[in-house]
Amino acid sequence: MPEMIKVGMADLKVCPPPNAITTLGLGSCVGIALYDPITKIAGLAHIMLPDSTQIRNNTNNAKFADTGIKELVDQMARIGASRFRLVAKIAGGAQMFAFQSSGNSDTLRVGERNVQATKKALNDLGIRILAEDTGLNYGRTVEFYSETGEFIIKSVGKPIKKI
Amino acid sequence: MAKVNLDEIDNTYYDVLREIGNIGAGNATTALAQLLNMKLDMRVPKVALVEFNKLAESICGEEDIVVGIYLFLEGDINGSMMFMMEETSAHVLVNHLMGREAENQDPFNEMDYSALQEIGNIITGAYLSSLSGLTNLYINASIPYLTVDMAAAILSVPAIEFGKLGDKALLIQTEFGDDIAINGYFILIPDMQSYDVILTSLGL
Repeated sequence: MPEMIKVGMADLKVCPPPNAITTLGLGSCVGIALYDPITKIAGLAHIMLPDSTQIRNNTNNAKFADTGIKELVDQMARIGASRFRLVAKIAGGAQMFAFQSSGNSDTLRVGERNVQATKKALNDLGIRILAEDTGLNYGRTVEFYSETGEFIIKSVGKPIKKI
Repeated sequence: MAKVNLDEIDNTYYDVLREIGNIGAGNATTALAQLLNMKLDMRVPKVALVEFNKLAESICGEEDIVVGIYLFLEGDINGSMMFMMEETSAHVLVNHLMGREAENQDPFNEMDYSALQEIGNIITGAYLSSLSGLTNLYINASIPYLTVDMAAAILSVPAIEFGKLGDKALLIQTEFGDDIAINGYFILIPDMQSYDVILTSLGL
């Protein structure tokens, strides 16, 4: 019986087949599903911030796009995934509140910056992005199915998306 | 270098933050009761430092629909603050304010959003004015920004702010009571220097 593995905020987990992996209610955070289509080993990271080098308190690798993606790749490789076959599907990075120009510009664009940092980190590791559902202003629950490579995205008051 | 590390906060600081939460939430309840012209009791709030990966589930389900009101703080204290309530609680408040049947659960319309924004304004305003009075610090708040979505998605915004400082968020949970319980949650997110400013102003 396939299991649904749950990933929390600032967390990452690997997902051997035939299991599925999920994270609930991505807001400005980004969910990065990595997949090796041959071994069908998947993994999901739920990152909160773009760059570990900008933050003093950075012991939790899973919190940042740069260190989180590297850590996920390492953990997947350890259970038999090939680094060179990995592909990615990403979702999240919304701007949850319609902030205007006032206030803290970091907070303003953190979703967008998380998406940019995610793309850069994936690019640096040579991992191709097959599909994305990012930005806009609403939360997303995501599920990745290791058997099919499908990434399902659920939002409030919107039809279910499959990418 | 800031004195306070949220991950290693000691009991004195914790008690002070709890007391600020207590008084702030109390004033917010009074303000809300006056606005709605109804009797509201407040339970003693729970104050907790919660790890991110348990933040949403410590409040409600991650995917439960909630109303979030977010504002930026400027002045002697910088940072932001959020007030969040469950959708059902928001319906109760809006129905009461709009003179509708208490059980009405129709989707919020434009008018309801304005009403919720005003409710958020009053609640957070009362909370901040007691914080300001208590610490004798000047705090200026931005207009409130409102959104309705999954709890975890809304909580990602304050969580990210806390994420810059540590791995936990400071949560103050208040239950307003009447015939129907209304659940509200305050999340105060001062920047690191502002924690010191708050605690220093209280003589700690």
